[in-house]
Parts: sequence; C-alpha cells; structure tokens
Amino acid sequence: MSAAEALEPETILSVENITLSFGAVRAIRDVSFDIRKGEIRAIIGPNGAGKTSMLNVINGFYHPQEGRIMFRGAVRKQMKPHEAAAGGIARTFQNVALFRGMTTLDNIMTGRNLKMDKWRTSLIPAMFYYGPTQKEEIKHREYVERVIEFLEIEAIRKTPVGRLPYGLQKRVELGRALAAEPDLLLLDEPMAGMNLEEKEDMCRFVLDVNDEFGTTIALIEHDMGVVMDLSDRVVVLDHGEKIADGTPEDVKSNQNVIDAYLGVSH
Amino acid sequence: MFYRESGQFKASYAADQAVFPIRQDQYGIAAILLVAFFVIPYMGDEYFFQAIMVPVLIFSLAAIGLNILTGYCGQLSLGTGGFMAVGAVACYKLTTAFPELNFIIVLLLSGVITAMVGLLFGIPSLRIKGFYLAVATLAAQFFLSWLFNKVAWFQNYAPSGTITMPPREVFGVLVTGAASNAMHRYLFCLIFVIVLAMAAKNLVRGPIGRSWMAIRDMDIAAELIGFRPFQTKLLAFSVSSFYVGVAGAMALSLWLGSVETAEAFDINVSFQVLFMIIIGGLGSMMGSFLGAAFIILTPIVLTNVMVGSLGFQAVTAKHFEFMFFGGMIIMFLIVEPQGLARLWQILKEKLRLWPFPY
Ligand SMILES: Nc1ncnc2c1ncn2[C@@H]1O[C@H](COP(=O)(O)OP(=O)(O)OP(=O)(O)O)[C@@H](O)[C@H]1O
Ligand SMILES: [Mg+2]
Repeated sequence: MSAAEALEPETILSVENITLSFGAVRAIRDVSFDIRKGEIRAIIGPNGAGKTSMLNVINGFYHPQEGRIMFRGAVRKQMKPHEAAAGGIARTFQNVALFRGMTTLDNIMTGRNLKMDKWRTSLIPAMFYYGPTQKEEIKHREYVERVIEFLEIEAIRKTPVGRLPYGLQKRVELGRALAAEPDLLLLDEPMAGMNLEEKEDMCRFVLDVNDEFGTTIALIEHDMGVVMDLSDRVVVLDHGEKIADGTPEDVKSNQNVIDAYLGVSH
Repeated sequence: MFYRESGQFKASYAADQAVFPIRQDQYGIAAILLVAFFVIPYMGDEYFFQAIMVPVLIFSLAAIGLNILTGYCGQLSLGTGGFMAVGAVACYKLTTAFPELNFIIVLLLSGVITAMVGLLFGIPSLRIKGFYLAVATLAAQFFLSWLFNKVAWFQNYAPSGTITMPPREVFGVLVTGAASNAMHRYLFCLIFVIVLAMAAKNLVRGPIGRSWMAIRDMDIAAELIGFRPFQTKLLAFSVSSFYVGVAGAMALSLWLGSVETAEAFDINVSFQVLFMIIIGGLGSMMGSFLGAAFIILTPIVLTNVMVGSLGFQAVTAKHFEFMFFGGMIIMFLIVEPQGLARLWQILKEKLRLWPFPY
C-alpha cells in the first residue's frame, strides 16, 4: 500500500448522481455518496426517504434513470442482481426474505451457491451425489458450520426457518449473506422489531463481521443509538434527497437532519 | 422396538447428510426392499402385479416428476398427462424405428425427448407465474393430446389409432408385449424406479434441490443471492418432464401394452398425479410413493369392500370414490399441506419422545 492510499482510504463503491423514479414518484433524487473499504456506513432517514430503494439500486434490483455506480473502480450503469452477487455484494432485507420451507442449514448453504464449483454441482454429478457433489457439499458445509458457530445458532441448524421467531430469522438471514463471503454487505434494518437483548447481539455480530473479516458494511437503521455506536460515517436521506453526510457527531448536530426528523416542512 | 436416535452420533458431515440418518429408518427401508424383492415376487399373482404393484411404481415415478416441478420448484403444472403421452409415443416410435436398440436405452431416451418438450413448455415460466402458468401447462396438455391424435405418423399410420408395444427383452428376459410375465415386468419396474428415485433424491438434497426450493420459497431473494431464476426453473421443467416421460413410456410398455394415446393420458391423468403429490406430500420423495399408492389403492379397496362385501352397486362405489377423493384433497390442502409424508414424520417425532409427552 502506498503512502497516498494509506492517507486516503480506498473507495469500494460510490454512487454518483443517482435518480430513480417510479412513474411520478421520485424515490431518489440526484444522490451521491461513497463507501470506503472496511468501514461501516450507515444510511438513515425518515420513512419513505428512499433508503431501501438505494440498496436496491446498489445490488442491481432497481435500475436508476440517471447517474452511475462505481464498484471497485469500474463504472456500471446496469447490472443484474445475480451479477452483483457474483461481484461480492450480499444483503439482508427489511422484511425477512428467507426460504421459509428450508432449514437454517439449507438457507445458509444457499448463500454459498456462487462459491460452489459449477461442474461438480451440475446435473449429472448431482444425480450420483457420491463423488464430486458430495465433496463439494462437505467443503461448503464446513464453511457454513463456521458461520453457524459465529452466529451462535447451532441449536436451530435443522429447524425449518418458518418456525423460528423473528429475531432468529434475522440472524439466519445475516448468516445466509455472510456465507457468500461478501466484500460489501448491505443490511436493511437488521435490528428492526427486536428486543434489547437481540439488538445487542446483532450489534455485536455486525461489529465482529466488520472487525474479523474486514467486510465493508452499509447499514440502514432507525435506532439512532445503534447508528452512533456502530457506524464510521452516516449519510442522511430525506424525501429522496441527500441532506447530510459525515461522521455520526457531525450528522447529529446538523440542522437539516434535526428538521427532517422533527418533521419541519421545507 | 424403540424408535430412538439416542446414542447415535454423527461423526462426519457426510453421515449427517445421509438420506436415512437414523438407524431405525435404515432397517425399515431394508425391510421394505427385502419384501419388495424377495417376498412379493413369490406371493403375488398376475392380478396383484398388473392392477396394483406395476401402476403404483409407474405412478410413483410420475409423481416424483411432478413433485420436482411443483413441490420443490413451486411451478404448478396441469400437463402431466400430456408429458406422459410424449414419453409413451417417444418410446413407441423409438422402439419401432430401431428394434435392436436396448429397451433400457429406449426408456431413458423417451425421458430425454420428453425433457426437451418440457423445456419448451417451460419457457413461458419466465414471464408468468402461478395460476397463469397452470393454464399454460393445461394448454400443453390439450395441444399434445390433439397432436398425437391428429398426426398419424405418431401411430405409425395404424388404422385403429392405437400404439402397441412390441415384445422386447432385457438381458434375455421378455419384459414387454402380451407374452411377457407380470412378475418379470414388476421386478423390472421395481429396479428401474428405485434407481431413478435415488437419483431424484440425490438431486433434491443437493445444491440443485436447494436452488429449486429457493425459487419456490422466494424467487426475488433467490435472484439477489445469485441464483438465476430462469435457468433454475427450466432445469426443473426438464428434469421433471424426464421423469414424467419415463413414467409414460413405462406405462405403455410395461403396464398397458397398447393405448390410444390421447385417451390413456388425458387431463384426468394430470389431475390424478397432482392429487398424488398433494395427498402424499408436496416436496417429499416418500410422499410421491405414498400418494401414488393411496390414489391407486383406494378405488380398488373401495370397490372390493362396497361392491364385494357390502353389496352396493358399482356406480355407487364410483360416486363414493369421487366424494372421498374430493374430501381428502380439501382436507389435506387445509389441514396438512405436506400430506401423508408429514403425518408419517409427526408420528415418528412422537415415537421418538414416547412415552413422554414432550
Ligand atoms: N417498487 C416500487 N414501486 C413504487 N414506488 C416505490 C417502490 N419502491 C419504493 N417506492 C417508493 O419510493 C419511496 C422510497 O421508498 P423506500 O422503501 O426506499 O423508503 P425507505 O427509506 O426504505 O423507508 P422505510 O424507512 O419505511 O423503510 C417511497 O415513497 C415508496 O413508496
Ligand atoms: Mg426501507
């Protein structure tokens, strides 16, 4: 690493002048910000500010009408979700989006799908199973077991996730995203609807993921306490526009942000 | 006999991922196989093989096929009969065009041809879902029936419009045609179905099965974590059609012998196989067998009891059968969508804890 790079942290992703509309609804208006390698970047804002839409743009689920995205130095205009996944972006959802009929183990195993060898898991070897497919399954099972251990969900390994309480479902969903060994992890309100204890656990996991694996995290969260504790930098959206960007302290004292949260009309 | 797994620890992930991880289940399966291979062949008579065992095995295979598509991948199909017809016609055309071709190869190729037809009819699944896809598959059913009825080439221009399976041997044993022995046909079906069922089980418990279930449970999330919905669904359509096609080829060659395609594999067959997987259990291999056995056996038992023992008229028994199936399907859809397989599992969970209530 050169001296210049050490001084100026590397940007893993930047969104530039993104505008996204749904018919007459302008969900995002000319928003730009960047995410640096290894940081925890919070995206906050009142309901309907466009936070979830922003994550959907980043992982290729929505295609913005204007603007561009730089990911790892390359410009992209349009990208399919599975391409974003292959590029190292994983995410969790505001409303848990697990595969309800499958067990915890199988759900997290699906997170490994892009890491699995294409040939070894293709139709003919998979029909025989014993041999290449089993080898591949066991190899990835070992990784998945590490994720399960990390998230302390050993006891629910074989439970269909549809039967789990909400807090645990959110944890399994994080596990599925972690199994992909992402470079950039997008978390959409990972602590929503949790009690205090569950929230504390989740905060610990987010910090540990960031520390131990060096994973870059973009996090949407409503709980300001959590945001202040976890994040390195915060971007604030309101009515689809960026109204502030900076350290948690900067943002907290920003007049625009205070107005937005108190509902002062523009 | 205790159904317990205490004291059985899994030392490796391979053992944990086994099809029957609990020892008592392994004994149970071994017992069933022993009976199927060594007891039934000596006990059964012509009627038992022809009316019960062979159709149960063949329809189990068709149910496995539909279960892959509907139970595992979540794509409803009402075209099963049509795809069985494709398998039957493919088998007939292949074996009459190449009489020397090994019968096993003929069956497998019939499946491959059906898989390609299924792939074609799976393409709309990119755009349409649920009810509308079901209607599209229904259209496939009617189109295929019409095609095989209208184009005489498919019947080798037979004036009767029927296709008849010529006699064929496997390893020197005659298995098709009127002169073949019912017990031999049963054993051939048994081996063939077991091998294909194991292959299906291997598919659904591995990476491909997970991709199907991911699409079934939440296609958007599946796409966002890297699955390709279209490819995944098309694979399910082709593998499913392969199984259904082989079942159709077997129905012609090893069970019915001679059929009028459009009639033998009509829309009723589509619904019958659908009922098998609903009653047996969506997304369960064992459910496919249980459902097929249930749907084939119930009318036979009902007729025997109501007409044979209680002296009802045959029509009355038939009407009662319709009502009974209707009731069963509604009950399973509402009370236990995972079917007989789930009831069996609940029973096992209870047994595992017995005599303690928790
Ligand atoms: N698929 C869509 N079609 C139409 N409008 C949409 C769609 N997705 C989002 N919107 C609109 O875009 C705006 C921003 O929504 P978004 O879900 O991004 O907000 P958010 O900041 O995540 O809010 P919350 O805190 O409630 O989750 C809203 O007005 C919403 O109605
Ligand atoms: Mg949101």
